[in-house]
Amino acid sequence: MRYLPHTPADRQAMLAAIGVDRIDELFVDVPAQALLPKALDLPNHAGEMAVEQNLAALAARNVPAGAAACFLGAGAYRHYVPAAVDHLIQRSEFLTAYTPYQPEVSQGTLQYLFEFQTQVALLTGMEVANASMYDGASACAEAVLMAHRVTKRNKAVLCGGLHPHYADATATVTQFINFDVDRRPADPSVADDLAALIDDDTACVVVQTPDLFGRLHDLRPLAEAAHAKGALLVAVVTEFVSLGAVTSPGEMGADIVVGEGQSIGNALNFGGPYLGLFATRQKFVRQMPGRVCGETVDVEGRRGYVLTLSTREQHIRREKATSNICTNSGLCCLAFCAHLALLGEVGLRRLAQLNHGRAVELAEQLTALDGVDVLNDSFFNEFTLRLPRPAAEVVSDLVGHGVLAGVPVSRLHPDDPGLDNLLLVAATETNSDEDVAVFIDALREVL
Amino acid sequence: MAKPGMNNGQTIETSSGHRGLDLAEPLIFELDAPGRCGVDLPEPSQVSSRLGGLERQAPIGLPGLSEPQVVRHFVRLSRNNFAIDAGLYPLGSCTMKHNPRLNEKLARLPGFADLHPMQPVETVQGALELIDTLADWLLTLTGMPAVAMSPAAGAHGELCGLMCIRAALEARGDAREVVLVPTSAHGTNPATAAICGYRIEEIPADDRGRVDLSALKEKLGPHVAAIMLTNPSTCGLFENQIVEIAQAVHDAGAYFYCDGANFNAIVGKVRPGDLGIDCMHLNLHKTFSTPHGGGGPGSGPVVLAEALAPFAPLPMVRRDGDGLALVEQKSEAEGTAASFGRLKGFHGQMGMFVRALAFMLSHGADGLRQASEDAVLNANYVLARLQDLLSLSFPGPCMHEALFDDGFLKDTGVSTLDFAKAMIDEGFHPMTMYFPLVVSGAMLIEPTESESKDSLDQFIASMRHLAERARRGDVDYFAGAPHLAPYRRLDETRAARHPVLRWRGDVKEAAE
Repeated sequence: MRYLPHTPADRQAMLAAIGVDRIDELFVDVPAQALLPKALDLPNHAGEMAVEQNLAALAARNVPAGAAACFLGAGAYRHYVPAAVDHLIQRSEFLTAYTPYQPEVSQGTLQYLFEFQTQVALLTGMEVANASMYDGASACAEAVLMAHRVTKRNKAVLCGGLHPHYADATATVTQFINFDVDRRPADPSVADDLAALIDDDTACVVVQTPDLFGRLHDLRPLAEAAHAKGALLVAVVTEFVSLGAVTSPGEMGADIVVGEGQSIGNALNFGGPYLGLFATRQKFVRQMPGRVCGETVDVEGRRGYVLTLSTREQHIRREKATSNICTNSGLCCLAFCAHLALLGEVGLRRLAQLNHGRAVELAEQLTALDGVDVLNDSFFNEFTLRLPRPAAEVVSDLVGHGVLAGVPVSRLHPDDPGLDNLLLVAATETNSDEDVAVFIDALREVL
Repeated sequence: MAKPGMNNGQTIETSSGHRGLDLAEPLIFELDAPGRCGVDLPEPSQVSSRLGGLERQAPIGLPGLSEPQVVRHFVRLSRNNFAIDAGLYPLGSCTMKHNPRLNEKLARLPGFADLHPMQPVETVQGALELIDTLADWLLTLTGMPAVAMSPAAGAHGELCGLMCIRAALEARGDAREVVLVPTSAHGTNPATAAICGYRIEEIPADDRGRVDLSALKEKLGPHVAAIMLTNPSTCGLFENQIVEIAQAVHDAGAYFYCDGANFNAIVGKVRPGDLGIDCMHLNLHKTFSTPHGGGGPGSGPVVLAEALAPFAPLPMVRRDGDGLALVEQKSEAEGTAASFGRLKGFHGQMGMFVRALAFMLSHGADGLRQASEDAVLNANYVLARLQDLLSLSFPGPCMHEALFDDGFLKDTGVSTLDFAKAMIDEGFHPMTMYFPLVVSGAMLIEPTESESKDSLDQFIASMRHLAERARRGDVDYFAGAPHLAPYRRLDETRAARHPVLRWRGDVKEAAE
């Protein structure tokens, strides 16, 4: 077995050094009736080529997004990732290191986490950020828990345009503590009056921008309303490339900004692993969940970095910790950090313009089709279509035309038949003119 | 002993700040030239903005670097990291085993990596098949009837398991308020129980490092929802009374949550399902070697007993005629009506699933069993070769990790921390220190099955050398360690008292 270094002679010599004859003498504490006498009924070990053939056959049964004209979004976006990014995250020193608990031999990881935290703070317009969480949905849930701790209040108001996975994850995590989650109905044709729902027991209002339907929201009036009532404003961003083009939530008064960082540096990966982003104000830093990296010096005075504020964390605080989360998305942070370093100010702004421009052109062409309406007044790179028949059927019909047309709203909101004809359509820099033409022609044909 | 950067006791100053191959590297923000860019993007088409008046006005403040600068930056940073690819990384309870590169290659196949999670299910049948196959392996290896695949990490799996337990108790109208956690548990256990609304009571260890069964029985009662027990434990020991523990827990109407962080010691040797546990998370990034990646991403599927399976989180992969379906919503027909909900976005850590399945297929039933045996063999070999000089906390045999405490350092002036830092100079990553909390100055050593005998012999020789040096009272050497690492000891107190969590500098105007 290629991964196991011991020869039979090694094993014998080591057993002898230990002072036992057989390996099972080391398993004496396992109840004898439960100790398996032989290997389980599964295939035995296989060579590298055989394993590759096995899994490649499974991969071949899927349609990669890049093999079709892909307009899917709804919280996961297909962007071009420069080759250098994947090379860098496969460096042994990054890929095969553990959490940087020994800073003297972990400065590589620690410094990029510090850079990553700075990038997230800059993009969101916030003062501090943590070193990432599992994904956007779990970061959203953690933001609500944090607002609960900060305000000592027991209710959150979630906008109707919040991605339902984020709302679900939030409802899940708060269901067994004394906390209410007020989910507003999803309806792209109306604007939520969230300010009217804030009362003296509201810990936070959660607003997504661009929201599930692609609409952009000016958060300033809501921030004022929330702050007037002592509540926090949590802003959710599921497409971070948008922040290259639109005003940041921090500039609009958000207290916590969370979101999904996948679209910078990370592949679609069928939904994971992704990286949850979490940023907030300096004054709340000791209530912030998750791992954090901070600057310090070594005994020779050299600038260096360590994991810090660990008194918030479960290693020390145990049941009083700010969160039970231990793992972050380290390698996904590195991909984000390296891609954003390549883009820089100029590149991110241009990438955002490319996305917006592509989406505007697509929206114009779709609007010209009979029976197709674009519902959005505003959008970045994703918008909502109303089709003349159920969107799920249309999407299914378009697969045969080599088009992954978008996400039917009914897949995310199955309980509201009024949304059945709505389709979420995203366009990114990866969509060519030909992709758009194929989509338009095919849609005309199936409608 | 030669020391880079030192000459006859004098520190050598270089004009560049570099020290040979140890290259100093500033932050990316300090490499900025406004307008510079590491990608070439086409000219955007001129369209009238649909951004609703929310166009960004202020600069973001991101630095401009070219591609060679970015590559050099991160390569230089990487050289300051210790990694399992470079050397023995015996972090107890963290399981730093070899990460096969085949697994990386396969996770990057476009048929897995370039799948959007919301594609029509007919276009992702191979992906669902992979998840289903991995689930089958996990069920067979654990002897359990059901598994929830979506949790993103170990602590997320704990949350999943405890939420299943709470939902099951509430469904039978049996509100309970206490979760029992041994003092040796990972901190995530009590933190998770608290999020599920439970009060935590600790159960002490006996003098053999195992759960004190009689103390446990006294704590059990109709108010206890569950016990969270790590097996093999964080002391590296198998709970030899686990069947009696499970019986006592079940007699009290409570559930048995097993923290599976250390499942790698027993894969193919014993099935948790045969021991009476009700649910257990599996750290795919430990046992099945999806890389740790400097702290993530992980993956933490949870195996469940029949009684808990109906409450498992969404989504679920289900057989549907000839194909596979993805059940994303609560549904009576699909048996998910009682699900406690959704834990994260989309369907789980697919990239980790591919790697874990590749690891399992490569090892096979025989190789997984051999890997567990070798992991246990290696830990016991280290134990046997060090127990005369270091202080073993509990008598062996151990499982996959050996626990020592700081008894052998008593009166030397050397602490566990000092000893660990001196290991860095010897070329090893330190073991886990000061955990578990049940012994003084814990040193938890987990070599894993990836280490050869030669590698272990070198490690043992260094450990013996350091133990003897500590006993000789060479306090200054230890207090100053590490001497040879890229960085000397860092001031963690300063970092916590005056948190500087981001770079701050002048925002330069980007000139396009």
